[in-house]
Amino acid sequence: MDNVVLHVADVHKSFAGLHALSDIDLSVKEGETHAIIGPNGAGKSTLLNVCIGRLRPDSGHVVFNGENLTGKQPHQINQLGVVRVFQTPEIFPELSLLENVMIPILAKRDGSFKLSWFRRFAGENNVRSKAEGILQDLGIGSFTNSEAGSLSRGDKRRLELAMGLAQEPRLLLLDEPTAGMARHDTNATIDLLKRIKAQGMTKVIIEHDMHVVFSLADRISVLAGGRIICQGTPEEVKADPKVKEAYLGEEQV
Amino acid sequence: MDALFLQVLNGLDKGGAYALIALGLTLVFGTLGVVNFAHGALFMAGAFCAVTLEKVLTISTKVKDESITFFDAYKEVPILEAKFPVVGAFIVDFSVPFAILLAIPVMLFLGLLMERGLIRHFYKRPHADQILVTFGLAIIFQEIIRHYFGANPIPQSAPSMVSGSANIGALFGLGENVVYPWWRLIYLTFAAIVIASVFAFLQFTTFGMVVRAGMQDREMVGLLGIDIQRRFTIVFGMAAVVAGLAGVMYTPILPPDYHMGMDFLVLSFVVVVVGGMGSLGGAVLAGFLLGILQSFASMNEIKSIIPGIDQIIIYLVAVIVLLVRPRGLLGRKGVMEE
Amino acid sequence: MKNSSALSDWVLFLAFAAAVLTMPLWLAPFGANYPDLMQKFAIFGVFAIGFNILFGLTGYLSFGHAAFLGVGSYTAVWSFKLLSMNVLPAIMFSIVVAGVFAFLIGYISLRRSGIYFSILTLAFAQMSYNLAYSVLTPITNGETGLQLSLSDARVLDAMAGITVTRSLPSTNLFGMKMSGMPGFYFCAVVLIVAFFIALRITRSPFGAMLKGIKSNQTRMAYTGLNTRPYLLWAFVISGMFAGLAGAMMAVTDPLAGAERMQWTASGEVVLMTILGGAGTLIGPVLGAALIKYFENIFSSFNERILNRAFEALPDSIQSIVVDTVGLFVGEGWHLTLGLLFMITVIFLPGGIMEGVRRITALFDRDKSGSSSAASNTAAAEHS
Repeated sequence: MDNVVLHVADVHKSFAGLHALSDIDLSVKEGETHAIIGPNGAGKSTLLNVCIGRLRPDSGHVVFNGENLTGKQPHQINQLGVVRVFQTPEIFPELSLLENVMIPILAKRDGSFKLSWFRRFAGENNVRSKAEGILQDLGIGSFTNSEAGSLSRGDKRRLELAMGLAQEPRLLLLDEPTAGMARHDTNATIDLLKRIKAQGMTKVIIEHDMHVVFSLADRISVLAGGRIICQGTPEEVKADPKVKEAYLGEEQV
Repeated sequence: MDALFLQVLNGLDKGGAYALIALGLTLVFGTLGVVNFAHGALFMAGAFCAVTLEKVLTISTKVKDESITFFDAYKEVPILEAKFPVVGAFIVDFSVPFAILLAIPVMLFLGLLMERGLIRHFYKRPHADQILVTFGLAIIFQEIIRHYFGANPIPQSAPSMVSGSANIGALFGLGENVVYPWWRLIYLTFAAIVIASVFAFLQFTTFGMVVRAGMQDREMVGLLGIDIQRRFTIVFGMAAVVAGLAGVMYTPILPPDYHMGMDFLVLSFVVVVVGGMGSLGGAVLAGFLLGILQSFASMNEIKSIIPGIDQIIIYLVAVIVLLVRPRGLLGRKGVMEE
Repeated sequence: MKNSSALSDWVLFLAFAAAVLTMPLWLAPFGANYPDLMQKFAIFGVFAIGFNILFGLTGYLSFGHAAFLGVGSYTAVWSFKLLSMNVLPAIMFSIVVAGVFAFLIGYISLRRSGIYFSILTLAFAQMSYNLAYSVLTPITNGETGLQLSLSDARVLDAMAGITVTRSLPSTNLFGMKMSGMPGFYFCAVVLIVAFFIALRITRSPFGAMLKGIKSNQTRMAYTGLNTRPYLLWAFVISGMFAGLAGAMMAVTDPLAGAERMQWTASGEVVLMTILGGAGTLIGPVLGAALIKYFENIFSSFNERILNRAFEALPDSIQSIVVDTVGLFVGEGWHLTLGLLFMITVIFLPGGIMEGVRRITALFDRDKSGSSSAASNTAAAEHS
């Protein structure tokens, strides 16, 4: 019995008459890694933005574990366990790496608002050791006290990933987690994501790199021109002539 | 009905001053992306150009007072008048309009100096820093004026031939007793002309076209290989001149003092916000609109219903606009809207 | 930002408390150890500490904080008039009323950010100022300002059997008069308490969230945090600090006027904070004390003093020097203030504390042998 975690039902979104998304219907099952691929401008990022509440769909809705996300504030959606890892790192550049990771952990533990002004932030030992563990895991554990803004681009992406993982999401949305990474970094990230997968975390992943997609995804949706043109297992998608035409062919150039 | 009509007129001349200041603020914000808290000081600087000219023209000498015959009496008469009785007296009488000729180069110089010397280095700094540094500059302007001109308002008079009131009642077919000071009519016309010329300049010259394009999309224009920077410097100078002229001409209506700049700045900022950040038309429209609103709010009939409304009406409108329509009346979507 | 241990925080706090309480000793060489001035240091220190909780931690620049100060003063004087000359109820009510007032203004203003927020707070402050001068005259006593009078009710005092007949009563803390040195020590204790609260807030999870908002507000929302109540609380807390400072003003001198609410007064607290160093703990207090100290010195100068100071110079040069210096002192103190404002923002946006940090960093680097040029660029990047 497959349990549907995320259901995107009949979502439409257009910008000034331009259809960014039409008739999007998508289900992600518990524990599954669902990849969304498609050429640039196919609407992949728009779809993620609809899921996390940054954009509101014109019609249709997004349901997560039986709750309708449409119309909810971004922080409410996050509190339900839907966490997005951004493509361009959205970190806290002036804060230390440790603080960058501790804030999301606290947000999960204490909820969207808590006036805990008398406790010591640095004295939250559980939160702290957990954050340190995650930073260690991602290979940036050696400079926990330096400013996040001073990291290299690749390390910023790792920190971004760490911030997402720190919240132990029920659904993790990854926006091109390996874009712009060197080969060995990409492989390290794939290994990490596989490990998370083994823990049973549900993931939606947008990716250009077919190597990454095919080594991680259980199911794939192919997006082109704001529509899903094909959905299925990696093998089915590989075999689909429409996909070759719309995407894979172009990508192999 | 007559009273209402008069209130509209009353509002219009104040609105004219708001509009002229707000126009410059918006131009600078739209082009340079700088929030200039010293813009009110430029308005004040213009007003004090008029004061200075008047003071220079009326440097006096003692001459024998012929009207007193019992003994030798002397009276103070401007040298100019003593030397050239007819022309001199005329020039002294028209010192405020003549101050425009002085204000244009002075304000242009001041504006260019300010842009080159200070504002330029703050393009990339956060808005908070821009606010703070120009706020500091505004204080300096204000204190310099106070040092040299004292703390008291210095009344200026309009040329005697237009110091009376116009019987506009007859003109518009209203009651006989509807009169309105000539100078205020002149100010209104003047404001309209300045606004029209700024718009015409931006609309019909190549220079203006580039500036307008720059306001829309700065990077794009930069990519075309146009030296947008130099043009923006000139725009800043223009804004300074406009504010200065507004100040010169306003002196017979409101005796200038050292804190008039700050007073008008706060209000003009509110005007810009109501009109819409980056919208020139919005600034002008909101300037006149708020001027009229303020004038209506100070009617006794209204004040008796809502006491104190005349003091706060402008701020109230601003708060409502910001909450209901944050981009302002005519603002473009997305400009500073968060 | 470095992680600080609980121990180092206590050391900082105790050092601060000791420095404040011993002010009468170590300020003596500067000629600044008289109660009036030291009270001002404490009062404006509290004001700036509170302002910094909003501006320093969240980056939201309010241009209307003087309004809360004014509200605090009015409330305190009313408490003196109606209830008791005891300062405790006055201070309590001031904090509460200023907090409520800040909540109302903050609730609306915080629906916008950036320059819009600044203009909204400015608009509200000007509105309050205008109202205090006009319609609210029954509460504020308009231009004259709110003062004590012999016929005041003073209900609590009357119940306790304290009556005054001949001269106006003075503020007190259970009988101890709040003027002169006792007044200073009272203000000093309040300052120390305020500092302690600010220290706790800065180091708390709540404070960390505020810093997160300053650093990247959008990200906070996608991290599951509702930034609105965080900002509103920061605004209200800093408003309460301002109200407390206003009450302290009334404690040391029981009258209140609308000019305290003017936006130039709001500008002054901004300057204190950035001069010392926004976002730092000590900076705002330092900035407040420096400005009040120099205000005191500069505004006391007049032409006669200047002439005497430059007596040694030849007459012609003397008059030029006196004229130039005269621009900046006495009445011209505000000119110096404006100049200071610009210099700080242009050259040292991080304030004095940032300057101190840079200098110590410079020495550290030199010790470890790397070139000073490299450390300069690093410091520049940091700012």
